[in-house]
Amino acid sequence: MSKTPVEHVHARLDHDEDLSLLNEVSMKTAGVSRLEMCIQCGSCGGSCPSEMDMDHTPRTLFAMLRAGMREEALLSNTPWICVSCYHCVVRCPQNVHITDVMYTLKGMAIREKKYRDSTAPDFSETFVDMVEKYGRSYEFGLATRHYLKHSPLRMIRTAAMGLDMLKKGRLSMKPTTIEGMDQLTAILNKAKEMELAHE
Amino acid sequence: MSDYIFYPGCAMESNAKAYYDSLMEIAQPLGINLQEIDDWNCCGATEYVGINLIPAYSLIARNLALAAKMGRKTIISPCSACYLNLAKADYYMAERPSLGEKVNEALAAGDLQYTPGSLDIRHLLDVLINDIGLDKLKEKVVRPLKGLKVAPYMGCMVPRPDYNNRWSDAEHPTELFDVLKAIGAEVVDFPGAATCCGGHMTQIGPETAYELIRRLISSAEKSKADIMVTVCPMCQLNVDAYQGETNSHFGTNYNMPIVFFSQLVGLALGFPPEKLGFGSEVTSTEKALAQIGVDIPESAIAEGKNASRKDFPCRFACEKQPRRKARPQRRQKHE
Repeated sequence: MSKTPVEHVHARLDHDEDLSLLNEVSMKTAGVSRLEMCIQCGSCGGSCPSEMDMDHTPRTLFAMLRAGMREEALLSNTPWICVSCYHCVVRCPQNVHITDVMYTLKGMAIREKKYRDSTAPDFSETFVDMVEKYGRSYEFGLATRHYLKHSPLRMIRTAAMGLDMLKKGRLSMKPTTIEGMDQLTAILNKAKEMELAHE
Repeated sequence: MSDYIFYPGCAMESNAKAYYDSLMEIAQPLGINLQEIDDWNCCGATEYVGINLIPAYSLIARNLALAAKMGRKTIISPCSACYLNLAKADYYMAERPSLGEKVNEALAAGDLQYTPGSLDIRHLLDVLINDIGLDKLKEKVVRPLKGLKVAPYMGCMVPRPDYNNRWSDAEHPTELFDVLKAIGAEVVDFPGAATCCGGHMTQIGPETAYELIRRLISSAEKSKADIMVTVCPMCQLNVDAYQGETNSHFGTNYNMPIVFFSQLVGLALGFPPEKLGFGSEVTSTEKALAQIGVDIPESAIAEGKNASRKDFPCRFACEKQPRRKARPQRRQKHE
């Protein structure tokens, strides 16, 4: 038999509050995240332009982190639907770095392979691959690789647009590689070493 | 002439070439002397930071470190995402010294280092208003854009979250409005001025993006704008190139051109449209510009000339796509 709402609340209060997930996310976020300061006011969700496509509002997601609901929080599509517009950030009365917390959750979900749809994580990883290979972004390569894998039909639909962009000099068939690729690679390798130690 | 370090960002080399070309034309008469960072790299957009934190900030900081060696203090970025990333890296490296130290340890592997706070990171629009000034801009205007109704679209990443306290208001910034007024255009009341274009969602969650693009264009249309004006390559790309897809998704027939503010400034300063990148847009500006007596020559429009809204940009499958109605009003928070 399913629990009543009151029983659910009590179930959560049975054990001591465990803030380890909240702390972990906070520590992995850039700057001083202030995630612990969230007062659950809901300004974030109310300000979000893409909230209609999220399975949880940012407020709910942060409550889930506080409740230690790791699986549910990392499986949420919310960070992937975040458009990085920072509307929530400027309205948050507690100055929580909400957009950056979303980035942290994306990274954690990728590492723990906790996502329902691989389109967005794959797009980020392809983008990063291109940057690590050439030092600059390479739209043609990115779009081709991404569409081929995830939506070949859409690639056909957007072919006309792509051709027009090519004709107008707005899409380059060849990537631009920076001269200091060795230097950039050395920097990124060192940074990745530290990132692993950081976890 | 004022000397600046210039960080163009990847989009200026490809999809936002019109922004680059027009900036190069107007810089000289406005007294902006740009020296590009030698061998700069991508800022990582909104992608890299979602994968790996320290590498993402090290990627951005390589540019800051290269810039800091140039002997000038102010760095200009015309791209909103690049501007935000540079400003954010500088801010967070100082806010959380342990992050700053790690980034510098990574930079050291490439014989570089960066001290947060040593550069003044600015967006082109901010420099135009606060360094060059509206008075100087007005003095240089030889062809006021009288009669052109423009919607000033500033987007999100320039006024928000404003790490270096540059902007008038995070939600209702007036800067772009002021510049467009100074060049004689008629600026319409545009509630969508600082809302989001969908960013990278056009690639990974098109339905979310189409809705945001629809809200923007519908807001500009209701304001009776002839043209939307942006300060960001991503905004221009989304509203311009994905307008056709948005139309087929909703069964709408929007036809709203969107150009970079530097292109309109260039027109007002008397440069011919073909030098300012006009003609490279997907949604034609011909009709809007004809109202102020500006014709885009055939050569500039190249082969994309007759690609009208009806059959472009997705003439293959548009008709077969299920048409979705606009979302109910109560869901539209930012109109």
